[in-house]
Amino acid sequence: MADEPLVLGIETSCDETGVGIVRGTTLLADAVASSVNDHARFGGVVPEIASRAHLEAMVPTIRRALDTAGVRASDLDGIAVTAGPGLAGALLVGVSAAKAYAWALDKPLYGVNHLASHICVDQLEHGRLPEPTMALLVSGGHSSLLLSSDITSDVRPLGATIDDAAGEAFDKVARVLGLGFPGGPVVDRMAREGDGKAIAFPRGLNNAGDPAYDFSFSGLKTAVARWVEARRRAGEPVPVADVAASFQEAVTDVLTRKAVRACKDNGVDHLMIGGGVAANSRLREMAQQRCDKAGIVLRVPRPGLCTDNGAMVAALGAEMVWRDRAPSSFDLSADSSLPVTETHVPGAEHGSVHAHAHEALK
Amino acid sequence: MLLLAFDTATPAVTAAVHDGERVLAESYEVDARRHGELLLPTVAAVLRTAGVDKRDLTDIAVGVGPGPYTGLRVGLVTAAALGDALGLPVHGVCTLDAIAHQARTEGLDGPFAVATDARRKEVYWASYAADGARLSGPAVDRPAEIEPGERTVGAGALLYALPAASGPEHVSAGALADFAVRELAAGRALLPNAPLYLRRPDAQVPAGYKAVLPA
Ligand SMILES: [Zn+2]
Repeated sequence: MADEPLVLGIETSCDETGVGIVRGTTLLADAVASSVNDHARFGGVVPEIASRAHLEAMVPTIRRALDTAGVRASDLDGIAVTAGPGLAGALLVGVSAAKAYAWALDKPLYGVNHLASHICVDQLEHGRLPEPTMALLVSGGHSSLLLSSDITSDVRPLGATIDDAAGEAFDKVARVLGLGFPGGPVVDRMAREGDGKAIAFPRGLNNAGDPAYDFSFSGLKTAVARWVEARRRAGEPVPVADVAASFQEAVTDVLTRKAVRACKDNGVDHLMIGGGVAANSRLREMAQQRCDKAGIVLRVPRPGLCTDNGAMVAALGAEMVWRDRAPSSFDLSADSSLPVTETHVPGAEHGSVHAHAHEALK
Repeated sequence: MLLLAFDTATPAVTAAVHDGERVLAESYEVDARRHGELLLPTVAAVLRTAGVDKRDLTDIAVGVGPGPYTGLRVGLVTAAALGDALGLPVHGVCTLDAIAHQARTEGLDGPFAVATDARRKEVYWASYAADGARLSGPAVDRPAEIEPGERTVGAGALLYALPAASGPEHVSAGALADFAVRELAAGRALLPNAPLYLRRPDAQVPAGYKAVLPA
């Protein structure tokens, strides 16, 4: 498979400096430097702290990825980078680094979409994505249902959260319960000791007439806070494990029900789940049960590939090379609100004008 | 020596190539919001104008601030990445030193201070002796609280009408390159490629958990 494209991917949209190297759909290296501990005492990601950490970690993380993969930078067929969406200042560090490497090494540059990368990463685990693929992306920054017929060119949003992201709800509930930041892993752990049916927390946008594929987690988060505060006020102990389990049950119930429904409505027999919340054990379990029942094949990458990483960017970059998509130009910008429909950011003009601009920059 | 220099610590996006004797090519464009888009094409353009192949470069010099962080980081990460990919040493230059060098080259005599706009009603500043040595700074302060001496240069000096304020407003990479070449030739070490932030990151610790039930 030596003719499969060898691509390095850079991800700096939030608090992880990620550099991955893939050959086609084979993962060769996945180096991550996280600043998550620097944010913990603030209860959320602080953009300036994240940007400073990206600058420090950028080149060392690239070196580490190249060493792990055992390849030379000159062997690469392309350099991919998250162009958006994400934190503007954080994205800019990765985009600037990617441009510099691509230009210095005379490699094509691919500015790609963070969300499409979250979907494409599953190719490293389970082989090429079926077309079409339904994707449920859930993390601290996003909660979306996306339908893709070609991950390099066609990603359609079917629904998204209208308020908080699913991962944000986990963080806020963890704070209410005094469990610290980030909330996802700790709520998952506590929930294992609790009863998911103990408290009937509300399911957002779950009535007839509500948007079928949109999500809302703000009401649920507030309901949990009210319930816990009422207990505390009454001087009663808070059953932390039951609260965590019941909250988690409400989130995963809505996510998996809507995702399975989207598959059925659109005649899609594959569902992939990505993003940090895809690491949640109850979500994985419930999604498996419901997909099995509906005859849908579920694809969830291992937890390390669900959270933000460079491998996912490299995976999508390799697909761009494979399908001969137009590279980005060297004036590529970081776009904090890059729409999910823009799977990548090709140079201003394709064809001759692009080739000319590319030539002019050598 | 073939040195590539650039700076993104002021509103200017600027790059230059220096052969150890003189500036071969220079580009200077003021666009404070587009450092990210403009820097790499600017670097490519000055090399083309200078007729220098990037593989023949021997050194990189980059302005390490102080300056607004988002733009500043574009220059530093670009320098680090180019240095790594091309196998070149990267020399950091205090951006205010480069502006001071430029002011002296343009004929300003005697001691003076350099002040750039640090936003939030503050300036980044440093003061220099008649022979060019930096006496104090770099620091970030409110303009009313500094004693810059009798002459000042830079956009911060002009903005806050500091004593006898004049240009150059921002740094130009040609001056930065020339400063770096002279310092290296004199056997003086330049700075590491690390940002001079001068301020701690803006980050507020939330005041604890806020109740949702009415009090
Ligand atoms: Zn993400």
